Amino acid sequence: MLKDADRIFTNIYGWHDSGLQGAKARGDWDNTAKILALGHDEIVERMKASGLRGRGGAGFPTGLKWSFMPKEVKDRPHYLVVNADESEPGTCKDRDIIRNEPHKLLEGCVVAGFAMRAHAAYIYIRGEFVNEARRLQAAIDEAYDAGLLGKDAAKSGWAFDIYLHRGAGAYICGEETALLESLEGRKGQPRLKPPFPAGVGLYGCPTTVNNVESIAVAPTILRRGADWFAGLGKENNTGTKLFCISGHVNNPCNVEEEMGIPLRELLEKHAGGVRGGWDNLLAVIPGGSSTPLMPIDVCADITMDFDALRNAGTGLGTAGVIVMDKSTDIVKAIARLSYFYKHESCGQCTPCREGTGWMWRMMERLVRGEAEAYEIDTLEQVTRQVEGHTICALGDAAAWPIQGLIKHFRPEIERRIAARHAVEAAE
Amino acid sequence: MSIDERIAKDQPASFAFTKENEAEIKRIVAKYPKGRQASAVMPLLDLAQRQNDNWIPVKAIELIAEKLGMAQIRVLEVATFYTMFNLKPVGKYFLQACTTTPCWLRGSDEMMRAIKDRYGISSGETSACGRFSLLEVECLGACVNAPILQVNDDFYEDLDYQSTSRLLDSLEAGDPLPVGSVVGRCASEPSGGATSLTAIKGSGGKAKAAKAASTKKRGKAHA
Repeated sequence: MLKDADRIFTNIYGWHDSGLQGAKARGDWDNTAKILALGHDEIVERMKASGLRGRGGAGFPTGLKWSFMPKEVKDRPHYLVVNADESEPGTCKDRDIIRNEPHKLLEGCVVAGFAMRAHAAYIYIRGEFVNEARRLQAAIDEAYDAGLLGKDAAKSGWAFDIYLHRGAGAYICGEETALLESLEGRKGQPRLKPPFPAGVGLYGCPTTVNNVESIAVAPTILRRGADWFAGLGKENNTGTKLFCISGHVNNPCNVEEEMGIPLRELLEKHAGGVRGGWDNLLAVIPGGSSTPLMPIDVCADITMDFDALRNAGTGLGTAGVIVMDKSTDIVKAIARLSYFYKHESCGQCTPCREGTGWMWRMMERLVRGEAEAYEIDTLEQVTRQVEGHTICALGDAAAWPIQGLIKHFRPEIERRIAARHAVEAAE
Repeated sequence: MSIDERIAKDQPASFAFTKENEAEIKRIVAKYPKGRQASAVMPLLDLAQRQNDNWIPVKAIELIAEKLGMAQIRVLEVATFYTMFNLKPVGKYFLQACTTTPCWLRGSDEMMRAIKDRYGISSGETSACGRFSLLEVECLGACVNAPILQVNDDFYEDLDYQSTSRLLDSLEAGDPLPVGSVVGRCASEPSGGATSLTAIKGSGGKAKAAKAASTKKRGKAHA
């Protein structure tokens, strides 16, 4: 188990002062200028060496992403944009960073912004997080007052501003280009890539969009050393990670653990185990709603990291672990996710706009068994028509949970259809 | 839902921002580069909504368009795209109940039943007294404290039938329960006692043991 000394987010539960004084006592903003003195490129190199992979879901190496920014600032300013639009069902870690560790995020913005030669960051926070936004704005104001932001940020000689921007209830704005559209004052509809944001991003300028957790861990990594971070976890899956454990466990919680921790250990050590005991487990969605579920036999030995979960046909995603025990109507649980994606489709691409509604209606029929057995294959084929045929990954995200359900729980769907037919035959 | 159904039929004849909000608008617009003032459209819609009892009249949309140099239709399409903008009146207490899978697994049906039993309303409806509106919403992003009911700006967490009823009682009495977990959790720590961070010494003079956190005083919901 991860030692407390190796935990980055030491105030994730808000037991201590989240303000500047408390944050400094925990080591935040400790000689930030010294980190910046490493220089733009050295910071990027060290982040690469740490092996940090993006914590927003896709797991793309953070240092590498930063390195895509132009090495020279020409006529267009560079921007850092922080994605705090946390909305993936099962995920609630960024909320805790924002409300309890806001200074880790702000210092991370200065470090990351400097590394990519940006003088400004916009933090896009989901609209529902009203109180969290207030807390974060208070932290920003505090940091300005203390000279940690502004013309000479943390006495580094680098000017840096941070602006908070609130969303207004649209899951799609967690997609980076939809977020940029929204930030520019439009509907949050994803852009075609290329061009990528590092070339043409916010206001047409070079931009990097990073998840809250990816940015918030950067100062600690640079202080304690890339080797320290790389020494935790597994190869290619390094460091620590905030896990969100929801659903049918005895004590749902967020917890920072080592990457690659066995799922069973994670649930039993921190969440009080599966309700009714391990054998009462039905399935786990390991990384937020878009990742395909795993039945109990896969859950038994799986470790919680990008590669192991990918090899098991699912993904670490945001590390939002949704646990379902044997009392769960598994078809309904997935159908509810299908409704979520139908509700959140931005409507730009036809396969997603029409497909998410079609898949949801089909799923609702399967919940009641009102279908023919062959329609399971039809549904599976439709998910393949949506997947990979849209501008952004929302279409994929809508398809994957259904594919996972059919792969692992087809007999349950067939049982319902047969039961329905039996009832109809008897009538 | 067609646009006609989303926008209130009865509209005020005019809308103007208050003096304080005019000053706030200047601060908001200054966050964005020159010529990029359209970025302020969402914050201004939010400001209008807060000023106008939690809904945005058409006149406010027209005014925001004028202020930001945008076509009215561009502001309207933003106002209709994002679900948090209310284009018709809602009750004083706007109840947004999360029923997405993680909340559903933890009993959001019971939370919904407590609301329905009391006011006889379903999603999208307002109570007969006019003070409570209910909307079923998608994931609120607090899944380890499920189920969640958002009341105006505030999250109430770890609810069940009884505690939802207690919360509604407190709202009716005009003395809302403290915001956050109704079972006394400080934030997202496991309710059975901390399994991590127990070795971390307090900082900033506000340290609390995990247990003491359950009695933590939190701000009033609608101060």
